[in-house]
Amino acid sequence: MEQHELHLTVNGADHTLACDPDTPLLDALRAGLGLAGPRFGCGVGLCGACMVIIDGKARPSCDHPAWAAEGTQVTTVEGLSRDGALHAVQQAFLDEQAAQCGYCTSGMIVTAAALLAANPAPTEHEVREALDGNLCRCGTHGRIVAAVLRAAHQGSGQGAR
Amino acid sequence: MTPTAQPNPGLAAIPSLAANPVLSSWLAFSPGGGVTIFSGKVEYGQGVWTALAQIAAEELDVALGRVSVAPVSTGDSPDEGVTSGSLSIQHSGSALRQACAQARALLLAAAAAKTGTPADALTVDDGQILTAGRPTGLSYWSLAGPGALDREAGDPVPVKPPERWSVAGRSAPRLDLPDKVTGRPRFLHDIVLPSMRYGRVVRPPALVSELISTGEPDLPPGVVVVRDGSFLGIIADTDARALRAARLVAEAARWRITESLPDDRDLKGFLLSAPAEETPVASRRDPDAAATAATARSAEYTRPFLAHASMAPSCAIARWDGESVTVWSHSQGVFALRDALAAGLRLDPARLTVHHAEGAGTYGHNGADDAALDAVLLARAVPGRPVRVQWSREDEMGWAPLGPAMLARLSAGLDADGKIVTWRQDVWSNGFIGRPGRGGGPRLLALAHLAGGEPMPPAPDGAATGAMGSTRNAVPGYRIPDLEVVRHRLLTMPIRTSSLRSLGAFLNVFAIESFMDELAECAGADPVAFRLAHVADPRAARVIEEVAEFSGWAGRPREEGTGYGVGYARYKGLAGYCAAVAEVEALDDVRVRRIWLAVDVGTVINPDGVVNQVEGGAVQSASWATRERVTFDRARITSVSWDSYPVLRFTEVPEVAVRIVAAPGQPETGAGEIAQGPVAAAIGNGLAQAAGVRVRDLPLTREQVIRAIEAS
Repeated sequence: MEQHELHLTVNGADHTLACDPDTPLLDALRAGLGLAGPRFGCGVGLCGACMVIIDGKARPSCDHPAWAAEGTQVTTVEGLSRDGALHAVQQAFLDEQAAQCGYCTSGMIVTAAALLAANPAPTEHEVREALDGNLCRCGTHGRIVAAVLRAAHQGSGQGAR
Repeated sequence: MTPTAQPNPGLAAIPSLAANPVLSSWLAFSPGGGVTIFSGKVEYGQGVWTALAQIAAEELDVALGRVSVAPVSTGDSPDEGVTSGSLSIQHSGSALRQACAQARALLLAAAAAKTGTPADALTVDDGQILTAGRPTGLSYWSLAGPGALDREAGDPVPVKPPERWSVAGRSAPRLDLPDKVTGRPRFLHDIVLPSMRYGRVVRPPALVSELISTGEPDLPPGVVVVRDGSFLGIIADTDARALRAARLVAEAARWRITESLPDDRDLKGFLLSAPAEETPVASRRDPDAAATAATARSAEYTRPFLAHASMAPSCAIARWDGESVTVWSHSQGVFALRDALAAGLRLDPARLTVHHAEGAGTYGHNGADDAALDAVLLARAVPGRPVRVQWSREDEMGWAPLGPAMLARLSAGLDADGKIVTWRQDVWSNGFIGRPGRGGGPRLLALAHLAGGEPMPPAPDGAATGAMGSTRNAVPGYRIPDLEVVRHRLLTMPIRTSSLRSLGAFLNVFAIESFMDELAECAGADPVAFRLAHVADPRAARVIEEVAEFSGWAGRPREEGTGYGVGYARYKGLAGYCAAVAEVEALDDVRVRRIWLAVDVGTVINPDGVVNQVEGGAVQSASWATRERVTFDRARITSVSWDSYPVLRFTEVPEVAVRIVAAPGQPETGAGEIAQGPVAAAIGNGLAQAAGVRVRDLPLTREQVIRAIEAS
């Protein structure tokens, strides 16, 4: 298959990489750029483990063609912490111990960061609605909601970049 | 580590240490002031490593931050069998505690010899040795030279009593979470080895299929096709290309399919008609008491096949080097996996090393071990190169072992005072003990597909009287004079079954506790009072009273379409106690609004870890109880996506509140599985009140409620 030259802006940095034309964004991020945060769960955008922020909006990267992300700002969980300081949502996940296995965690944090950037003071119901496309099999939902509300109370409105 | 020929009888109460007695197989003082602990128990999100690190830090008197846990490997970890059955803290924790206490005593003796101060006058502060509170200049790290811990544990020495604990017994943050919130590579799925190739397996189109021809797929250059009998896989240089090639290979392949499955709408018919082996589980006879029975009741309860449905599809890496085979797996039992791979492929186990790396949460025997065999089979075709195999979501849902469908038939007699005097329980199920190496044979998926491969024999179920398998919690923990419990283990296994969190306890407790409510109604008694009248164990009464108190059981106003139910069990009849109350709404749909739980798990190492496990268990049990059912047609599993196998979501999960009932001086028990049965029962009982009709077949969906109303 003809290799395609792809230009992506991820976590504020420009990248050029060669990949097959139908490569999903998730593969470009993981295999192409070595970012482990976005995770494969289902491949069809139904579980949220691969969530990234594209131009401010959280969406699954597994069923999003990499070429369609050209010219956009892509943020992964790795891009949320700045200068070694955790994003308020990341810190709140630690404060609430809001995980068990942690496989879904980066997708949860990315979705929550995008929510808080758009809506800095969500209600509990709005948090649940925003996270409804993110599945957790270990049953840590209550802790995750508490973490997102905690981050909101601490004023993390600048959220995603 | 090699077990000694004659285990020290003094260590009999600490089985993991007796089997692996060399102290250096449990801990090492690493340069730079660290302590590395080795355990045979693997982390899969249950937080066990954090609790084990707390135990070690406590016994050694070092800061928790100094302790790290080494990844488990058949190469250098103590063999503690499979990480299952909620036994890690008892087994690995007690061994580590004793090993650390002996290491501490050994090094204090060395310090005493150097300083001339008696050992009992020395103290330890964060690893530094003090005398009369002043530094001696000595530390664990200066004293523990190479080989210092290469000696066998002696007879047990006293360990620190819990009342002197300062690290254990208090909530500690999980050691693994900082990596997980920042997306740092941590999972097996993230490992990239030099020159690694990517494999995919093309599974048959039906559970029983024979590959007739591979056809002639038009594959890009560089793709390797591996065929052995009906096992078909491909290897490519990227995972995306492997996936594409696998699709082309699947389209071109021709198979002969056998329709081998029962009707998924008639699980009762399947369970009752399959050939079965009947085994007594418990029997106590009291004809005088039985003769006082004034009222008789009977009922049948079922659960469907349930899927693990881990968030990550199974994954493995293998490298075949001719002389040695190295495997990376998220198996719960790397030693058993090594032996199963060796047996299945007729290799010397000494040639195989299995390293554990974390996967997504696992709730029993999922596809991890099978993926490891897939990786080895593909790696054999490209010697010297590591091959990574990742399953698709569809294969994870369609091929990983399932928790079996079950039927429990209960009957009981009440005397004129409303006391239970007789109880009979019959349980029908496929076996739960289907892990590799358990009950004979390697039990790995692809072995049946290889040329000359035999179908996997039906899963064993363990000793009927050992609280194993389908009989886990089949014997009610109540005072009942005349009782008989019988297991009917199915001798055919059309759908592969194995262990899933809490094994048979999920249905047995749902059945027993639903039936207790039906009997309470018969006796005109309040469900909580009825249970308290039948428990003998004060710890059981404590959790039931506690949950009734903090859920506000007694004073609840009745709302139309809402109900409250209670459920109780002591896990396995001998481990942790759990009582749950659920608030259930039955308006448009069945919805669990809130769950309260009171638990007694003996001495607690990490209270927040216990609460997290119980909360998670409650939410997962609510999902099983109200949503989940594996579907299949006559040839294959059809619930292979999150659409066809829905689990509870953020807008649907109940609010969960957990209280730990203190049990000073009681031994530690696991907490990971105790909630499954009681929560399902509490939901069933809450639904019966909310809907005014008893639903006895899981899952408790709107359709089942309508069916029950129509049948009543």
